[in-house]
Amino acid sequence: MAENDKTEVLSAKIWDLLKKYGEIVLEDVEIEVDELELIFQPGVPVAIAKPVAKAVEVVKKLVEEKFKEPEMEWTGKIVEVKIGATKSEGGTRDRTFIIGGETLPAFYMFKGIMPHPPVIAMDVFDMKIKLPKSIRMHFEDVMEDPAEWAKRCVEKYGADMINLHLVSTDPYIKDTPPSEAAKVVEEVLQAVKVPLCIGGSGDPVKDVEVFKKVVDVAEGERILLNSLNLDMKLEDIAEYLKNKDVVIIAFTPMDLDKARELNRKLYDYVSKDRIVMDTNIAGIGYGLEYGFTVMERARLAALKGDTDLQHPIAAGVTNAWAAREAWIKMDPFWGPKEIRGPAWETITGLTALLAGADYFMMMHPYSIRTMKEIIKNLLEGSPGKAEDIYDWVSAKLG
Amino acid sequence: MPWKAISPIEVYKLLPKTNCKKCGEENCMAFAVKLVNMETKLELCTPLLEEAKYKKSYEQLKEMLTPPVREVELRSDKKVVKIGGEYVLHRHELTYINPPPIAIDVDDTMSKEELIKRINFAESFRYTYIGRQLTLDLIAVRSVSNDPEAFKKTVNFVASNTSLPLVLCTLNPKVMEAGVSALPNGKPLLYAATKDNWMEMADIALKNKLPLAVFSPGDLDMLVSLAKTLLNMGVSEIALDPGTFVGFNGLRTTIDAFTMLRWKACNEDYDLAGWPLIGTPITAWKMVDGDSQTKAWWEMITASMLIIRYADLLIMHSLEGWVYLPLVMLRFNIYTDPRKPVAVEPGLRIIGNPNEMSPVMLTGNFALTYYIVSGDIEAGKVDCYLLLADTEGIAVECAVPGRKLLPDNVAEILKSSGIEKKVKHRILIIPGKAARLAGDIEDATGWRVLVGPLDSKDIPKFIEEKWKPENIKKLMES
Ligand code: SF4
Repeated sequence: MAENDKTEVLSAKIWDLLKKYGEIVLEDVEIEVDELELIFQPGVPVAIAKPVAKAVEVVKKLVEEKFKEPEMEWTGKIVEVKIGATKSEGGTRDRTFIIGGETLPAFYMFKGIMPHPPVIAMDVFDMKIKLPKSIRMHFEDVMEDPAEWAKRCVEKYGADMINLHLVSTDPYIKDTPPSEAAKVVEEVLQAVKVPLCIGGSGDPVKDVEVFKKVVDVAEGERILLNSLNLDMKLEDIAEYLKNKDVVIIAFTPMDLDKARELNRKLYDYVSKDRIVMDTNIAGIGYGLEYGFTVMERARLAALKGDTDLQHPIAAGVTNAWAAREAWIKMDPFWGPKEIRGPAWETITGLTALLAGADYFMMMHPYSIRTMKEIIKNLLEGSPGKAEDIYDWVSAKLG
Repeated sequence: MPWKAISPIEVYKLLPKTNCKKCGEENCMAFAVKLVNMETKLELCTPLLEEAKYKKSYEQLKEMLTPPVREVELRSDKKVVKIGGEYVLHRHELTYINPPPIAIDVDDTMSKEELIKRINFAESFRYTYIGRQLTLDLIAVRSVSNDPEAFKKTVNFVASNTSLPLVLCTLNPKVMEAGVSALPNGKPLLYAATKDNWMEMADIALKNKLPLAVFSPGDLDMLVSLAKTLLNMGVSEIALDPGTFVGFNGLRTTIDAFTMLRWKACNEDYDLAGWPLIGTPITAWKMVDGDSQTKAWWEMITASMLIIRYADLLIMHSLEGWVYLPLVMLRFNIYTDPRKPVAVEPGLRIIGNPNEMSPVMLTGNFALTYYIVSGDIEAGKVDCYLLLADTEGIAVECAVPGRKLLPDNVAEILKSSGIEKKVKHRILIIPGKAARLAGDIEDATGWRVLVGPLDSKDIPKFIEEKWKPENIKKLMES
């Protein structure tokens, strides 16, 4: 797990050194400083002493100081990945999306605005599945019909894209054959004109077969395939995808080394601008910090020049619903689950947004609306005016 | 320069080197290692404080160990809350240190009942998450009346009815003075000095030795000018509020300001930015149109972004549990030390009074997994054995694809836990999320595997339906 990356842990560093120079025993031994210096040669600069100007002055005038914007240099650039294809490009979509292209960490707007706004896609499943009530209530009548479900997402809730999950192909669920699953993809392609992202069941063997059929029926549409991972026979599926017009999500479970490894493997088959990576995110209270930090580290490393990580990032924000606080009935003090659920999903999404994610897979209409509004506020909003908030301390609030 | 580890040798050099153990460590070197890891406090080395000959070393050490974002302590008679004290911009560079406290506001036009209601909300808010108590932390008293007497009375009333430290909020120095006079003990944060009142506010802070917040919405030049002026005047502790704008008209300004200030403090050693940052999502109640639910929603959303983007203290107005529940959990997550996995000891846990035919269940050793699963089992009054495999502190759903829950490890834990002597059957119930591993676990362990429910809350039902003598017999014979 990247979080436990011991190389970044100071104490580990020291203890490693101590182990290496095994002659030092700390217990009850007085160590001579000079000896230690010889052995350790610390070389780590001591934090520069900060001047302490504490002489009390009689100040009658404001001491003016200019705030200088941070100085920073980023050498890496995230590749731009195009999803979907219009008629003129050989597909049938009404529009396409480009994600990526960043040269700055997420939302450093004082340095520049991200070149392509994040894309919010909504999840649709190829069978009626168990969903929390507060999501289900918006889709109850269309859950048997993925095409209608997709339509609802686009037309009523403004989904940029649809993530169709072919969960019924799971050998442990319905074991739907690939050819039948592919038919559902065709139906959804007919029903909506936004670009599609097609997901499998997570079974590494079955997904290979399903994906082959899916890319065949969606030929030319430049769909996003969700996802390839290290458990799959890449020499089979990646080879198959090599000359198809399809974009790939490379999924790794919160582990930067694995993310690099998978990307490098995929480079043998597809060009970089056909790879989006999903470093995995978990909801608040369910490992969010791991997902957040792996994502943030991936993006910062990419911008510092790590060429194996310079891909747009996909975030499965729907994972937020795994948190019980998002859907169980709790003591009335904690409010109705109908509001806790979207709160959970939205805040998980915002966490990914601030870590650098580009592509969001989400479910609840209100979460999606809020995310879109925040993105708009950040990318297009106007500067704050002092008078709007200057008197908050003395305002009577409702 | 981004934060760099201080060498423990540098620290060791300045310690008394007598190995007197008064700090609780075996020797000075061990203390030095703990110091640079922020696992102990310099002041625990009492000789350093008490003996005149170490005075210089003490001061040098203090300077050396001062974080780029200074730590400010707020106190009531009963509680201490620390803000700031941060070393790094990104948590993976080290760890974040002090989770930002959340202050619930009250104002001096509220009735006693209302004050009590709000105080009680803050005091009684408590959520247990992986064995920790998540709470709200401060009360912010605002002067809406702008009347010194009214403010003084309210501060007095609040202080005598809460255990939490206070933030005193008014831009009127006369009102502030009255508020401070009602608080002979404790150490509140004074909010705030502005371009209009800084001289008088600084006086109050100086006279009473209290930390003073600087408020300069949307104007960072003024913010740092004020900070510099106050520090020059001798105010020893400050905090910075660059303004929290909610929504289209300024959210961007706010996120930029917090990001720039923290960057300057951590990566450019810019002293004036090196103080705790104050976020006031409460402004949603002014800036957002709509009903109170809508305002509360946007207050929560803004607060969540500020928890991620470097706020060290948040002042809020909502009185809804759902607003704060995701925030305190998010805060806990983000401020978890990434150097330590949130894991519990792998091994065998006995729940209830199991016998030799009781179920044996497997799960991972992610702390949250353990607390939830064992909680569900206990709630369902199931007597059983729970085996925690070493998944390196990762949740089962990630451990399966991440290959952290390996059949061989399961075989290992079945052996080392001694469970084979405790039960007669050889049936292992694995999490529904690990269904994929069922066959491999059977092969590796020789036990029969029963795939349990996807969610542990269904365990009691599952056991009731599946764990029957005839089923057990059938499974063992098949
Ligand atoms: S109290 Fe100070 S002098 Fe004594 S062992 Fe600890 S660090 Fe060394």
